[in-house]
Parts: sequence; structure tokens; C-alpha cells
Amino acid sequence: MTELLQIKAVTKRFGGLVAVNNVSFAVREREILSVIGPNGAGKSTLFKLISSFLSPTSGEVLFGGQRISGLAPHIVARKGVVRTFQETTIFKGMTVRDNVIIAHHLRSNATLAGFYLGTTTARRDEAEFGRSADEIIDFLDLGAQRHEIASTLPHGHLRALGIAIGLATNPTVLLLDEPFAGMNHDETVRAVKMVRGVRKRGVTVLLVEHDMPAVMNISDRIVVLNFGVKIAEGTPKEIQENEKVIEAYLGAEDETIGF
Amino acid sequence: MKRTRNILGVAVFLLVVLIGVPWLIEATGRLDLYYTLTSVALLSIASAGVWVTFYIGRINIGQGAFALMGGYVSAILVVQYGVSFWLTLPVAGLFCAAASVLIGLPILRLRGVYFAMVTLVLTEVARLLALALPITNGAKGMVSIPLPGGISIFGLTILPDFATLANPRPAFYLVSVALMVLCFAALYRLVHSRIGKLCQSLQQNEELASSIGVNIAYLRVIAYAISSFLGGLGGAMFVAISQSIYPSSFTVTDSVNFMLNCFLGGLGHVFGPMIGTFVLYFGWDFLFETGEFQLLIFSSVLIALMLFLPNGLLSLRLFGKKQG
Repeated sequence: MTELLQIKAVTKRFGGLVAVNNVSFAVREREILSVIGPNGAGKSTLFKLISSFLSPTSGEVLFGGQRISGLAPHIVARKGVVRTFQETTIFKGMTVRDNVIIAHHLRSNATLAGFYLGTTTARRDEAEFGRSADEIIDFLDLGAQRHEIASTLPHGHLRALGIAIGLATNPTVLLLDEPFAGMNHDETVRAVKMVRGVRKRGVTVLLVEHDMPAVMNISDRIVVLNFGVKIAEGTPKEIQENEKVIEAYLGAEDETIGF
Repeated sequence: MKRTRNILGVAVFLLVVLIGVPWLIEATGRLDLYYTLTSVALLSIASAGVWVTFYIGRINIGQGAFALMGGYVSAILVVQYGVSFWLTLPVAGLFCAAASVLIGLPILRLRGVYFAMVTLVLTEVARLLALALPITNGAKGMVSIPLPGGISIFGLTILPDFATLANPRPAFYLVSVALMVLCFAALYRLVHSRIGKLCQSLQQNEELASSIGVNIAYLRVIAYAISSFLGGLGGAMFVAISQSIYPSSFTVTDSVNFMLNCFLGGLGHVFGPMIGTFVLYFGWDFLFETGEFQLLIFSSVLIALMLFLPNGLLSLRLFGKKQG
């Protein structure tokens, strides 16, 4: 399998604090790779570095062999690396369907002026966006909520909507920020199924997560961070047996160990 | 169904403002109303600009700066270069739009109260510039600006020379209302096209918008340029009517009023600024009778309106048909 996304010796400093320290790993095409680690391990920072919401102090992130670190987030998204958000970040005032339709932005062939004038291309785009949005909404079981205002949705549906927004951009790599956070067992089971479904669509998934059982269950490979440093990388089985990992997690008492 | 109702609504509105109102004014002899209504039309154009910046989630208290800029651009072109006023009208708008791109690039990164403060300062900067620059004639301002000439295409007169009219006020009224209708129609189309949705996405969450590939910096600048274009247009037309412009023609108070018009009319609806301007302008005049209590009553009513109708006057009407 080819290495789609390469994280090369990435370091991020905030003043004196080294949040991410010389981390390297690669994401292979069509795999589900999880980044885990105790609180404050630098997961979220790493996530923002990959999606280019932050620029690394040193090192670089390559996508398909090209450097993407330092580019504006919307350009990285255009190249095919799209993130979702940890909190329930959605367009609150719009309906579920409008949320997904607007997220088709990258697929438009018409220009802004074209959309203003309502050219044939623009109208074809609109029709296609609507059709595709409906397909994604059904795929993520949001059909019953299609016309509801997003801010009124319950937690689990919001997470699904976040993923729907991500899918609408037609990403090559989807970065999921803690997709199972704050979910009960049943919701997590559904969410795991959802993420598997996303991969089945041909999308490579990189996720940052707390929830150990879910991560062990879903991931092809896992990267473990502690204090900004990568301490392990491997299959779920290898990670479970890794002493450094066990030590890091036993050291943090407030964490769910899960194994 | 909805379409026919919309067309009907527009037709009735056009009939009222283009025929009904002039007829009423002539019948009652209240010729001063021409000037008042013309002002409302032009101020609502500038307010519509402010509304666009609200639409991308920015509080704009700087529209006075662009109204002043547009006014001066038009006045200078007419007086010093002898350009036809009708040509200076779009030029003034475009000049303001270009200036707003330069100003907007750095300041549109700011949000909330920070952006609002900078725009507030902008109005004052524009006034001081008008005082200081040699081309604007300083505090003396520019007076006796000639009335707009006529427009004719292939010998067919579209607009008569305003100087030849016995009373140019009805003509100004009709032109201003036509301009207002054009601006609001263009804006309506904008809001109901995909661009409107994109603007809303900026308003609701810029980070998410950027993550789905929207070039937020570009879109913000475009919206601000449209906003300033409308400000410049309104300002230029205003100057043509009053035939004069001073550094104090548009001040911070005007900037605040433009914003209030939007608040009062409703930020959720394109026609909010039009209704807002109308009510605010006439509300103020109406309270003239109350003498020294005018400002007190006026501001109390405004505060009450904002408390009880946070989504503006138009939310009253939209209440029933939200599900449509």
C-alpha cells in the first residue's frame, strides 16, 4: 500500500512548551489509523498540524509527496485532506440538508459569478449537490432529520452530521477529531460502524481518540503519543503488549485504560 | 405559488412607490415628502451595505466613511473634471469597493467588537482626511455642485437634464427609488443564490467553512467590497441631491444609524434595512413634536424594540410563514 500522508519529523513549540516533538509516521492508503495518548500528549496539536490549521515549527507534512504544511486550510481541503471538529462544530442555523449541501463547495464547477447569474453549470452543480447530499444523509442514517435545524439535533446525530459535512467535500483523507468522545456504548458502536462505512467508500481515515476499546476495535494501526513524543506504532495487538504504552497509561490515573 | 406571490408583491411595491406615492404627494401638496422619501431610499441603500457585512458575521459601524468617500469621488469628478454625474455614480461605488478591499484585507481578520471598533474609527479617519486633503477643499466643502445632466441613447431621452426641470425633486425621488429597487433586487438574488449560503456559513462558523474548502478571506473581502460599493453609491447620489458635500456630511452618527437601520429592520431578511431606515427616519421626525424629549423617547423605543424583537421588525411578519 502506498503512503498517502507522511508526517516527517514534525515539531510544534508554543513558547517554551514543546507540544509535538519530532513526530514521524505515515498513513497508508485506505487504512484507518488512530493517534492515541493521554491528556496533553499533543494529539490535538498534531491534528491541527496535519490539517494545516497550525504550521509546524520544524518538519513537514506531505500529502501524495507534496508538502501541505504551511498552506491555508481551505487549500489543504481542496487537495483532499479534510478535517472534522472535536466539538459539535456545524452550521447551527441551517438545516441538516443545507449543512451537507454547502459542504459540497469544493465540487463546484461554476464560479461565484456563475452561481449568482444561475448559469447552466451552476444549476447542474446545485442539482448534483442536492442529490449527493441526500445520498450522504441516507448513508449516515440522518434521513429523518434531513429538514431539521442543525442546532436542535441530539449529540449522536451532530457527530454524524460532522462526518457528513466531511464526506461531502469528497476527501481522500478524512481526519476525525475524537469521533467517539462523550458517547455511550450504543452510540459508540454505531459510530464505529459509521467510520468503517466511510473507509468502505474508499476514504482513508486518520482519527485522534481517547476511547481505547473503540480504537482497538476499529484501527488497522495505532500511533501512541506521550508528552509530544511518539512512543509506539503498530497494530492494535502490538500496542496492547507494548510496555511503554502500558506505562504511559498507568501513569495517568484519570484515563480509561480499557485493556 | 411562492413565485407568483413574490412577483405580485414586487409589482404592488413598485406601483405604490413609483406611482402611488407621487400621486399622494401631489394631491396633498406635501412636496417636502419627496426629499424625505428620497433620503430614505438612499440611506437604505447604504444600510443594505452594512447588512451585507452583518451577513458574514461582522458588525460594521464604518459605512459613513464610504458614503463620504463616494460623495467626494462623485463631486470631484463632476466639478473638477466635468464628468457626467451618471457616470460618476458607478465610478464612486467602484472606487469605494476598491478602497474597501485594501482596508478590508487586514481588518477583516478581526471579529466581533474588535472589527466594530476599527470600522468606527474609519468614519472619523474619512472625515479628517476630507478636512486635510487639498482636493476636497477642506472644511469649506464643495458647494453649488451642478445638477445631473440628461441621458440619451440614439437621440432617445432616457433621463432629462435635471437643471432644465422646474422642480427636480420628483425626478430625484424616482431615480433614487429606482436605484434602491435595483440594489435590493441584486442583493435579494445574492442572498438566495449559493453565495448567500456561503456567507451564512462564514457567519455561523468560519473555521468549519475553511475546513470544507471555502476561501474565507476572499469571500469576506468580496462581501465587504459589495457593502462599500452600496455605501459609495448612496453617498454619491445624496451629494447630487443636496448639491454640496462637507467633511461632516456623513459622520459617526450616520454610521451608527446605518447599523441601527439593519438591527431595527432585521438581520435575517434582505429587506430589513429598507424597513428599518423607513421606520427609523420617520420615527425620528414623528417624535419632533415632543421637543426636548425627542431623543429620550426615541432611544427608549429603540432599546425596547431590540429587547422584544431581537430579530427586527420583519420577524413579526415572518413568524407565521417560517415553515414555508
